Amino acid sequence: MKKIKVRICVGTSCFVMGSAQIQSLEFNAPSDIADEIEIVEERCMNLCKDITRKRNRGPFVYVDDELIEEATYEKVVAKIREKLQK
Amino acid sequence: MLIPKNNANLMRTKILIKLAQSYLEDKFAEADRIPLELRPKDGEVSRCCVYKDRAVLKYRCMAGLGHCPEEETDELTTLKEYGEQALERTHAPKNKLSVIDIACSACVKSQYVITNVCRGCFAQPCRLNCPKEAISIVNGRAHIDPDKCVNCGKCFEVCPYHSVVKIPVPCEEACPVGAITKDEKGKEHIDVEKCISCGRCLASCPFGAIVERSQMIDVMREVKETDKKVIAMLAPAISGQFPGSLQNLVGALKKFGFSDVIEVAVGADITTQKEAAEFIERMEEGKPFMTTSCCPAYFRAAQVHIPELKPYVSSTKTPMYYTAELVKQEHPDCISVFVGPCLAKRAEAEWDKNVDYVLTFEELGAMLVASGINVDECEEESFSKVSHVQGRQFPVTGGVAGAVASLVGDKVEIRTEKIDGLTKENIKLLKRYATKGGENNMLEVMCCEGGCVSGPGCIALSKKAARAVDAYAQSGEQLTPESKIG
Repeated sequence: MKKIKVRICVGTSCFVMGSAQIQSLEFNAPSDIADEIEIVEERCMNLCKDITRKRNRGPFVYVDDELIEEATYEKVVAKIREKLQK
Repeated sequence: MLIPKNNANLMRTKILIKLAQSYLEDKFAEADRIPLELRPKDGEVSRCCVYKDRAVLKYRCMAGLGHCPEEETDELTTLKEYGEQALERTHAPKNKLSVIDIACSACVKSQYVITNVCRGCFAQPCRLNCPKEAISIVNGRAHIDPDKCVNCGKCFEVCPYHSVVKIPVPCEEACPVGAITKDEKGKEHIDVEKCISCGRCLASCPFGAIVERSQMIDVMREVKETDKKVIAMLAPAISGQFPGSLQNLVGALKKFGFSDVIEVAVGADITTQKEAAEFIERMEEGKPFMTTSCCPAYFRAAQVHIPELKPYVSSTKTPMYYTAELVKQEHPDCISVFVGPCLAKRAEAEWDKNVDYVLTFEELGAMLVASGINVDECEEESFSKVSHVQGRQFPVTGGVAGAVASLVGDKVEIRTEKIDGLTKENIKLLKRYATKGGENNMLEVMCCEGGCVSGPGCIALSKKAARAVDAYAQSGEQLTPESKIG
């Protein structure tokens, strides 16, 4: 089966605001999703500089093609599970 | 030590970013909006209500501005005013960890409790093994008399049903030296005489109630408002803290306004040479063992809490000391800023006239984010001085001892031991070494488990950071006792 691609932005803004912590998916992801995901470090996608947004909504993570704003470990894991159930 | 996936830590980073932005935008004119922005009315709430959250945030902002919440004289003093006061400082605020009393949840006193899992068994090992006869059987179940209990945990160990639970106080549990205790209201207080500034309590409090005075605003003011040369000294644990190369990071710091950037790994090379020479000398004198001295939290713990160990602590100075000395020799009028993972370095800097300010990686990160600087897009610039393998490997457990051992070679026999984490157990181990001796003669003591890469001021996961440190170390040249540094 094709793995779910988790693209974690590691631009300075996202990394400092918490994507560094989301990287723990590489080491101790819950057992039900650990083998189903592929983690990719993404350079700044300029989402934090989007001026139409009132504030920086980082860190940003893409789970396949879906964007998660203000991403946390919890949110990312929930989104991965949602994808797996489909 | 940094606990991943922890809301209290993430909030601290957000606060620092907001404060840095507030300074850059309008010198704190709108700073009083920060608690509101971080806890909007329609958002989620972590404590009893949004207003209490905001009140706690205000105190956390105070600490971010370098003030100690305990020193509040008027509750109506605004963040704008605190910000303006911060800009009037001409020296780093004195390092201090303190408790925000309204945020401290006054956890119940640490205790053992017998739960209803207890079967009231025939063997009753809990009762029979209790050294204080504190356990009796009431209504067919074991019961602990709190007046007699001394929290030894024997009952916890022997119950065959695991019916005994320990209810800890996280900060007290984390503090290796008993510096944090409850007052009569149950709120925690830190005894500055005992505190070794390691930051374990800060990282462990589930309510984010413990703060320390930040020097971020002071450094920003020096860079942006004075024409002095401000030189950043990056601790060796910097590898892996900011995605991008170290050369990108040098470029990023210069873009922010620092005049120059130097690696503290250069000073670590000097520490390695001197400590190896000192070790050889001590062993030839017949001393039983020596411990490292570069971890400031351990160094202070030895001075205050393990005095019997003092004669065995290396008298070689720390990498920060030698780096700052080099910097000030070349630029006597500059402002030197150490940037590292460590809170105890702030205490060390107070004794070191060559170090003007200490920042954490997290604070540096907040400054860069607030300025819109993305490290890996910055021009690559090199460090003005080149470090070696040995100095670069300091921040990971085993690195310091390994570096020293590599320079000692076969001149004298060296048996290293890693004391990985200044826990209560390891303090006992060190005491035993001082009084009864032990089998090894070179003890490397790191207050944070895993080394400086697990320090409370880190951004990256310690595992990933340790890999980056290692990769960078391997790319360097070997140090020899004769290598010329600086």
